[in-house]
Amino acid sequence: MSAVRAVRRGRPIRVTRIVVYAVLGLFSLLYLMPVYVVVVGSLKTLREVNTTSIWTLPSSFDVGAWRDALQPALQNSGGIASGLVNSLAMTIPAVVISSVWGSINGYILSKWRFRGSDMLFAALLFGMFIPYQAILIPLVNLLQQLHLYDSLVGLAVTHIVYGIPITTLIFRNYYSSIPTDLVEAAKVDGAGIVAVYRRVILPLSVPGFVVVGIWQFTNIWNEFLFAVTLTSAPSSQPVTVALQNLAGSFAALYNVQMAGALISALPTLAVYILLSRYFIRGLLAGSLKG
Amino acid sequence: MRTRVLPALVLLPAVATSVVFVYGFIAWTGYASITGWNQIKPLRNFLPDFPLVGLDNYASLFNTPRFWPNDVLNTAVFTVAFVTVSMVVGLLLAILLEQRIRGETFFRNLFLLPMSLSFVVTGTIWAWIFNPNTGINQLLDPLGLDGLRKAILGIGVLSPLWDALDALHVNILRPGLTADPRAALGAVVIAAVWQMSGFVMAMFLAGLRGIPDEVREAARVDGASEIQVYRHILVPLLRPIVISVVVLLGYISLKIFDLVFVMTRGGPGVSSDFPSILLFDSAFKSNLWARGAAIAVVMLLVSAVIVVPYLRSQLRAEGRR
Repeated sequence: MSAVRAVRRGRPIRVTRIVVYAVLGLFSLLYLMPVYVVVVGSLKTLREVNTTSIWTLPSSFDVGAWRDALQPALQNSGGIASGLVNSLAMTIPAVVISSVWGSINGYILSKWRFRGSDMLFAALLFGMFIPYQAILIPLVNLLQQLHLYDSLVGLAVTHIVYGIPITTLIFRNYYSSIPTDLVEAAKVDGAGIVAVYRRVILPLSVPGFVVVGIWQFTNIWNEFLFAVTLTSAPSSQPVTVALQNLAGSFAALYNVQMAGALISALPTLAVYILLSRYFIRGLLAGSLKG
Repeated sequence: MRTRVLPALVLLPAVATSVVFVYGFIAWTGYASITGWNQIKPLRNFLPDFPLVGLDNYASLFNTPRFWPNDVLNTAVFTVAFVTVSMVVGLLLAILLEQRIRGETFFRNLFLLPMSLSFVVTGTIWAWIFNPNTGINQLLDPLGLDGLRKAILGIGVLSPLWDALDALHVNILRPGLTADPRAALGAVVIAAVWQMSGFVMAMFLAGLRGIPDEVREAARVDGASEIQVYRHILVPLLRPIVISVVVLLGYISLKIFDLVFVMTRGGPGVSSDFPSILLFDSAFKSNLWARGAAIAVVMLLVSAVIVVPYLRSQLRAEGRR
């Protein structure tokens, strides 16, 4: 029986293999097409970008567009250099604080469960699945009254607050995989809630922090809705808004636009390329299944 | 006693924050949507101190053609197209990557790469690709695809289909692309699929890998072909993941903002407009804050219809485990 099958399956498998690779190759080209367009476009001069097709390679590698995207020589307005600095200054503290806070919540919700804690978890989680438009107007109003509108602090606080559900969720699922015996043993030794966290949980948390940190960094760096509604001055605008403004003030200068897009994407792209394994884990954890 | 109070105390800041910034703010938005706060006036008190107008803002919203039917229809069309195409592409890629191929990690990381970019970056790039004068047309026309496109659009039997796609703003065969109201929404769908289909692939791949080998072996021993194994055994087993993916993609498309804002800004005209763009224009550009709040409430209600049952079933399933 198995011999017959082996003979029958011998050749078709080869053909299927070729088809599999061919289709994957085709999709790879489709997925790489925009990457090619952005890289090639950013290396062209203005003259060249307007006279050649977006598909042709540049005659020489010109970094003028990169310079203009960062800090335009012609116009005073625009340029994403300050946006990059703002994004960095706002993202890093927001990532650190929301990760630590999520770790503490996740620890409680998995290792110190109490009556009603599951309900509180569900209530927290709901905040992850609302369209942020539903809280945007009161948020603007509150930040204005606290003089935190149009400030990096206000934006960072916003990202911390609305980051709690996802960081809590990922850490809770992560800590659920740590054997409760370890925690119980420490409790028997007289360790309290803080001591257990410090002695047992925290040393085991590094992979969790990597996953959550990458996830939060990517999301906060890439965020646009809060960024565009909670800031108005270039001095407090993150890079996503700066890039959008660049596309406005350099409407026909596609080489500058592409350079801006590429530069603003580099930090998250670098994190992704170096740590894709953890990125994917965060991606799957974010869909609740853990 | 101590062991019960202390954990609750540690959790309190997060719960309190959620009560204020999620539940309180939603209530605030709901309240603002029934006031007459449609003008510039700095709010001196914390709540908008304008007279209540009942459901007037909602009534006027649903009497505005840009919102009803245009934006609502666009959202529905976009959601169906984006979710369907992403699912098909994601499932296909997952099945291909599951065939124990060489370079699996490379392919997987490539398809997931757009997930690390912002919608603003994606929108900037795709706006150029779909610019009719500079982009994809310049690649396809020399290859003779313009003629092919015309021929396909000229097939008489299919003209009702093209008319329907034109009316829904998703007929991507129109060479005007983002400059043509008949195609603009379709261009946004394609950019969104490029960005999100890798996520669908990752979910399905994880799901397929989670199915024990014995299941496939049993089916093969029974004489099922590889395609039959997928069609009748494996894909049906992925049902829970299909539900997760549909809910998450649906949630993303109901609130989509950045991508559209950057690619078409809702245009040409209002052909690719969405409630989120209308909200932005109403509240942040025209100071129609109460109208903005009303749009927000509608958006919240629609996504709650999808998300709340999903959350409940997920948490309940977890409780059983």
